Amino acid sequence: MAASSTTPSALPSTSAADAVARLTAKADEEAGAGAASVTAEAEAEAYERTHVHGVYEAIAPHFSATRYKPWPAVASFLRAQPRGAIGLDVGCGNGKYLGVNPDVFMVGSDRSPSLIALARSRCKQLQFQQGLAAGAGTGGDVGGAAVGTDVLVADGLSLPFRERAADFVICVAVIHHMSTRARRQDAIRQLLRCVQPGEAGRNGGRVLVYVWALEQATSRRGWDKGGEQDLLVPWVLKSQQKQRREQKGIRDHGAVGDTPGSKSGDRPPSPAATSAEPGAGPSQTDPVFQRYYHLYREGELEEDVLAAGGVVVSSGYEKDNWWVVAANGPVHP
Amino acid sequence: MKVLTLNFLTCAVKTCKSSANSFPLHPKDAELVSDDVELNPQLLVNLLPRIDWNALRITSTELGFPQLPEQPPTAEELQSDEKMLKDLHTLLMETQINEGKLVCGNCGHEYAVREGIANFLLPSHLV
Ligand SMILES: [Zn+2]
Repeated sequence: MAASSTTPSALPSTSAADAVARLTAKADEEAGAGAASVTAEAEAEAYERTHVHGVYEAIAPHFSATRYKPWPAVASFLRAQPRGAIGLDVGCGNGKYLGVNPDVFMVGSDRSPSLIALARSRCKQLQFQQGLAAGAGTGGDVGGAAVGTDVLVADGLSLPFRERAADFVICVAVIHHMSTRARRQDAIRQLLRCVQPGEAGRNGGRVLVYVWALEQATSRRGWDKGGEQDLLVPWVLKSQQKQRREQKGIRDHGAVGDTPGSKSGDRPPSPAATSAEPGAGPSQTDPVFQRYYHLYREGELEEDVLAAGGVVVSSGYEKDNWWVVAANGPVHP
Repeated sequence: MKVLTLNFLTCAVKTCKSSANSFPLHPKDAELVSDDVELNPQLLVNLLPRIDWNALRITSTELGFPQLPEQPPTAEELQSDEKMLKDLHTLLMETQINEGKLVCGNCGHEYAVREGIANFLLPSHLV
């Protein structure tokens, strides 16, 4: 099946890399349906399978190696949570936020089984390190990261968390991968369901959402107000040798096919962990994966929170991203 | 997957959410493993009010652990009862379902757990 045949016409289309097409075909086989579906919802799903899920499955280790450093604003949101709080990280990727606050219990979910497998071994590693530290009498805080974490595979639109189970939820760089506004709002609705609603005299749980911004005037990507909001952004899976050779160029120019975080130093020193822009000279043999993004314009994220039935507690812009802290029900000062 | 996590999970099928039968999910053919985790009494005490105690009693029995009391301990009781702290710690924090299935009591769908990771992706006819 050609990947573009199920592409909703309003969405950007491209001839996807062979590997993605293969993954998509495989996913269709497994789902036992796919191509025959005619509804818009099924088309949006198929589109995301090709341009989001299939890509992350294929690039998981490479992607994970470039995503090891928590965003400061997300980390401080996590550290502000009280001891014993229950948190969810929806779209947790390799789980880089799961160990940030060792006094809370966090469950991470992601659509990509490959990323979740990486997240799990990462948690195990943390647990081992914590154990050593505690054994040597240096790990003041008993338990630590891995003790309070768990991971599972789930779709953001069909989450398995029971209603109101969590004290807080984070969802970083996820919602912008949903290809229709209805799906983006539904995704936010699912997050809000997971936290305690506020009541008279008592605040409920908080949901932190980060999405990529359209307004990136200071970034090399050149996107800005008034531009196209629905894009396919390439991720070039470079061979190790090439990466070493071109490392300097990448450092100079940065990477186009990169998710939020790249500008905040979210890049390891290792040459094995770089993504590249087309201009950096990928050869014909480097597979290029096209990830779908909806770039949020100013105010749009708040609109989506309201449409999802939530309340905007605070919102802002940070390093090419819009963020919002939302609540489910009334908010007290 | 930790037993504690199971206490926060229900069926991923939308139409099951409103049914009381979808929570807790029921372990089936569960192979348990135990991780050595250092006891953190304060964390346990603070977690207590977030736990659905009835669901935990069901899970505990289904996994072959001794029956839990009908009512959850108060924070004070838990803090001063070292055995209960230890037992709860073992059950919630150390015990993991490594292989097996989690079954929804409403729709009967079975979610696989492999190498400690539960998979809640739904086949297209259940989405
Ligand atoms: Zn069900």
